[in-house]
Amino acid sequence: MAFLELNQVEKTFFSLETWTTAVEDIELSIEEGEFISIIGPSGCGKTTLLSLISGLLHPTSGEILLDKEIIERPTPETGYMLQQDYLFPWLNIKDNITLGLTTMGKTTDVDRQLAFQLLETLGLSDKIDHFPSQLSGGMRQRVALVRMLSTDPKLLLLDEPFSALDYQTKLKLEDLVFSTIKEHHKTAILVTHDIGEAIAMSDRIILLTERPGRINKEFVVPLHLKEKLPFDVRTDIEFNPLFQTIWKEMEPDEDGS
Amino acid sequence: MKMDRNEMQQQYKRAVLKTTRNVRMTQLSILLLFFAGWELTTYLRWIDPLLFSSPSRVWHLFVLRIQDGSLFMHTSVTLFETILGFLLGTFIGTFIAGLLWWSPFLSRVLDPYLVILNSMPKVALGPILIVGLGPGFTSIIAMGALISLVITTMVVYHAFKEVDENYLKVIKSFGASKKQTFFRVVFPASYPTLISTLKVNVGLAWVGVIVGEFLVSKQGLGYMIIYGFQVFNFTLVMLALLIIAVLATVMYHLVEILEKKLIRHES
Ligand SMILES: Nc1ncnc2c1ncn2[C@@H]1O[C@H](COP(=O)(O)OP(=O)(O)OP(=O)(O)O)[C@@H](O)[C@H]1O
Ligand SMILES: [Mg+2]
Repeated sequence: MAFLELNQVEKTFFSLETWTTAVEDIELSIEEGEFISIIGPSGCGKTTLLSLISGLLHPTSGEILLDKEIIERPTPETGYMLQQDYLFPWLNIKDNITLGLTTMGKTTDVDRQLAFQLLETLGLSDKIDHFPSQLSGGMRQRVALVRMLSTDPKLLLLDEPFSALDYQTKLKLEDLVFSTIKEHHKTAILVTHDIGEAIAMSDRIILLTERPGRINKEFVVPLHLKEKLPFDVRTDIEFNPLFQTIWKEMEPDEDGS
Repeated sequence: MKMDRNEMQQQYKRAVLKTTRNVRMTQLSILLLFFAGWELTTYLRWIDPLLFSSPSRVWHLFVLRIQDGSLFMHTSVTLFETILGFLLGTFIGTFIAGLLWWSPFLSRVLDPYLVILNSMPKVALGPILIVGLGPGFTSIIAMGALISLVITTMVVYHAFKEVDENYLKVIKSFGASKKQTFFRVVFPASYPTLISTLKVNVGLAWVGVIVGEFLVSKQGLGYMIIYGFQVFNFTLVMLALLIIAVLATVMYHLVEILEKKLIRHES
């Protein structure tokens, strides 16, 4: 059995006037250590899908199993990185990155060591006593990454983590996140609008349909691209053909074929 | 080049300090002018000193009342009532706001009642408080608290509710309980609102307490005002007003100090 299993997952939101099915018929299994990207048109339910896996939302029907157990509520086993960093402005960087640990009641130096190490690796040790407002967007996103990894989660959920950044910072952070995740042998699910980013970072790409989101197609990234850093993938000769294939697949059928 | 910029920075600093000094000097001049004008116009009988008193008269009365100890007594009574009323109103109001955040059901149930209570002029409840709690400092404190309680509840609850959902997601994704979510996110995220509520409440508590003292009429600065009014001793009224002005300002500044402590990151 796979590390993460989604069986016939459906999520419908109800309001007084109407109901909205965000995703349905989601059948997906992900092995430990895999890096999956989810792409699809805006509003097709990508964020909803991540929230379901994180345990913040519950499926209307179907079930989601992590390590053979049904996900009931959010756990520190799963790290969640939102589209913006959402660092707490009233806490300094040190308290921000140890937020998860503090919430879990882990406050000893040994518990925190990983967090401080990661901060060092990402080159932000000197910012430990600063407040988020004193950092640039790229730095803040790196801090958010440390915060997520500090509890040593097995599964990482990344919801368009780079979309608010400029292109250069984005490319650098892709490499950084990619190597950090590979080094710590994490399983990751990345939601993105950027086909290039999906190819550059992941092993497998899931394309969702328009809302209600269903799995439309799956693309497996060629083996030798998987091993490369995202930046190098973008310049590989195999990058463009795959990009074109996915691009065509995302275009609505114009000729009706 | 470097030297140049140092020099420019010094110039900049001097300019800023100069403006600050000018502001302070002007403020002080206005104050002095006010008292001098007051003294002069009453001295020349342009305005009636019997009605408006004068700084020198107020000062003499101040010295006199300090010596017989009655001023200290009245002031400390009022200060005690105001601080207690302020703290009670703020704390209970914030506590209820927390309960409402905790239970959306309760908040929906209480919503119309809060609106009614809020639109009521609280001082109109004075007689009822005095009948219920006795004509002593208990009902005065209750008045000081009541006047700020409902508005604190509404404003702070609104702030709690408006905290960005995504901050809650962040802490919940670490498996936080509702209690942790409240104390680690909702509450600190609302500091700015809490502080401005505190500032408003300082003023409100004074209103409640002074009106309470008007009604109970036993002791305190409010009593001094109403008594001075009744026996036509307006020097006494002015003295009480000046003391209230000074104390209210001090309390306001204490809240500002708290603000600087709590909201460090804004700088
Ligand atoms: N809490 C909610 N209540 C009601 N409807 C919701 C809720 N959350 C999402 N939806 C609806 O579900 C659908 C999918 O939303 P979702 O945020 O998952 O899309 P998305 O694929 O992440 O979009 P984007 O790419 O723009 O971020 C949308 O139609 C949205 O309006
Ligand atoms: Mg989204």
